Amino acid sequence: MLSWPNFVSQVFNGLALGALLSLISSGLTIIYGTLGVLNLAHGAMFMMGGYAGYVVFQATGSFALAVLGGSVVMVVIGVAIERVIIRHFYNRPDEDQILVTFGIGIVLVELVRLGFGSATVQIPAPDWAMGVTSLGFLIYPTYRIVVTGIAAVALLALYLVLYRTRLGMIVRAGIEDSGMVDMLGINVNMVFMLVFGIGAMAAGFAGIINAPVVALTPDSGETILVETFVVVVIGGVGSFPGAVLGGVIAGEILSITSMIDPSYSQVMLFAVMTLVLVLRPQGLLGQRGRA
Amino acid sequence: MSQKVRFGYHTSRRGALKMGAGLLGTAMVPLLPRGAHAAENYPAIGTYPAGTAGDTVFIGITVPRTGTYAVPGEDLLKGYQLAIDHLNSGDPLIRAISPLTTKGVLGKKVISGVADSAAKPNDAVQNGSRFISENKASVITGSVSSAEAVALNKLGDRERVIYLPGISGSNDTTGKDCARYSFRECFYGQTAAAAIAPVITKNLGKNKKVAYLTPDYTYGHTVHQSMEEYVKQAGWTTITNQVCPLGAPDYSSYLLNIANSGADVFVNINFGNDAVQSIKQAQQFGILAKQTLVVPYVTPFLARDVGPDLMAGVFAATDFWWTLQDRYPLAKQFVTAFQAKYGYRPEWGADTGYMQIAMWADAVERAKTFYPPEIIKAYEAGVTLQSTVGDVHFRPEDHQLVRPVIIMRGKKKAEMTSADDYYEVLEVVPGAGLMQKPDAFGCKLGSVT
Repeated sequence: MLSWPNFVSQVFNGLALGALLSLISSGLTIIYGTLGVLNLAHGAMFMMGGYAGYVVFQATGSFALAVLGGSVVMVVIGVAIERVIIRHFYNRPDEDQILVTFGIGIVLVELVRLGFGSATVQIPAPDWAMGVTSLGFLIYPTYRIVVTGIAAVALLALYLVLYRTRLGMIVRAGIEDSGMVDMLGINVNMVFMLVFGIGAMAAGFAGIINAPVVALTPDSGETILVETFVVVVIGGVGSFPGAVLGGVIAGEILSITSMIDPSYSQVMLFAVMTLVLVLRPQGLLGQRGRA
Repeated sequence: MSQKVRFGYHTSRRGALKMGAGLLGTAMVPLLPRGAHAAENYPAIGTYPAGTAGDTVFIGITVPRTGTYAVPGEDLLKGYQLAIDHLNSGDPLIRAISPLTTKGVLGKKVISGVADSAAKPNDAVQNGSRFISENKASVITGSVSSAEAVALNKLGDRERVIYLPGISGSNDTTGKDCARYSFRECFYGQTAAAAIAPVITKNLGKNKKVAYLTPDYTYGHTVHQSMEEYVKQAGWTTITNQVCPLGAPDYSSYLLNIANSGADVFVNINFGNDAVQSIKQAQQFGILAKQTLVVPYVTPFLARDVGPDLMAGVFAATDFWWTLQDRYPLAKQFVTAFQAKYGYRPEWGADTGYMQIAMWADAVERAKTFYPPEIIKAYEAGVTLQSTVGDVHFRPEDHQLVRPVIIMRGKKKAEMTSADDYYEVLEVVPGAGLMQKPDAFGCKLGSVT
């Protein structure tokens, strides 16, 4: 389907997909960068955020409250998981951390399945965001444009927290050298707990705003987790700007390749990831040695 | 001489005893569980005779209970479980399909195990292998993805254990990947296309441009090929074929290509949750307002999950729809029994599950043994059976059931007479005229032993 209107549509769609991927990946990369824990439960947290939003929506009928309430629930779940399980693994080998987060992911998925079954549930988009918007060069679902905007604002908010606040400074210092931060009398453990909570919230928040686009199932985090890892590897493990860049690149790869041959869009994603790993193993914006 | 006489004397006495015992034994045969004596007459093969040495016979059910095909998987499972209940209780419905059935199968109670395949062929084969080695399963059944069915076809042939596909729409399952030990009940890409093409071309007109959304595996490709072939006869041309991965969460890039393609008709071949998601998202992209949606292989619960607003006017092919109870007495019995047990009207997955177990019971009863080669012979005899969609029979050449395909159209909300009255049945197209020649897809059945 090679044509200019379609090309412009796909580039735009790539941006929309990319914004969401960036948001989810930013949570993963912040947790890894600060805590050094590769969180394989991140996809499950994305999914769980969607369900938390769904429960709040069912109770209140308000989309805004669903987003707010779901996000708060995810911070609480994230903090609880960090306090009860993750903190015991900071000084354990990488493989232990990978296994425990993998296990947490399975438990979360099965808990949701136990509560909600395997059938899909969906949060409807708010009335004002229903329908289709004609942008002149393309027709695009209004809500997807809204999601792109929300994701961009959320990324900006995360950027401000990380780069313009004292907490962000400590987090970034923790990424560089957590031992030194500890020696300076800053309670690193408290920071780690907050970072895990914020990371879980970023995933959960993305899960909620995505729920009107893609209906929820307990397995919906699975594919996202894989794509998120690709994004983080392309952008640079542990780098927040890397997650944003990686997300946009991944979104564009998926969209533009599909225009030429849709069956190769996933293949191209992994081909580009492989290329990045060969030519720049630390990722496009990653720093050598940090990861 | 005396020895001879003595021998003769003893012989005649022994002979009398033997004859008496023989007669007694013959008279007692009907009292013994049928098949119990047959075990001695056939060599061991697969799980036979170990699997049926006791009072039970085991069915291994492997269905997706998680993942994109979980919903049709659960419906299929309920069909199996109802059939097993009916076999053990000797329900009149199952006895109508399997007339020799009394209770159980050859007098043995049917027991079963269930495992989740997540619609992954590897998991399905592992489940099947475990049922065979640990439970000595006499039958393995279940699939929602044809990739599972094809993999289990091979397992059945290799292990010499009967395998009954559940939902499997690929031409390959009884085509190039057919198996001697496998028997498929449901319709498939070629029959779906042959049945629905005349209806849609008659209703929508000639020379239309078609956009396809095709899942990237054996089912998707064969259904797409068959559809293309049949609508070509009415001058319909393919403008794009968007091949997407199984379980894709987001269809935006594929749907944009379809939205910008200028197609008149949108043929969505996706199944399970993929069908639900892609149709909902197609509506978000404004595709359903411009293009007529056709679903050549409708997934169970599609109308419930996308809602009647999106399904109104949509042409779809299926195996079974509950309003067929007005045409077929067995469909009525099935729908009533199913609804009483599970609280909702069955979709076509449940019907397939029920029929597969019932027809297997019939084949075993006619074979009078659990020895698989004899059961295969009974299947291959092509006996006409009553079913929930009228008379059906198996083709011996490719082990495909000759059965009708149901063509439906989605009702508008205002036309629905009950909450689940989603479709109007347009035609029940007899299967024989739809099917390709048995060898057209390269089916070569393997050896029995």
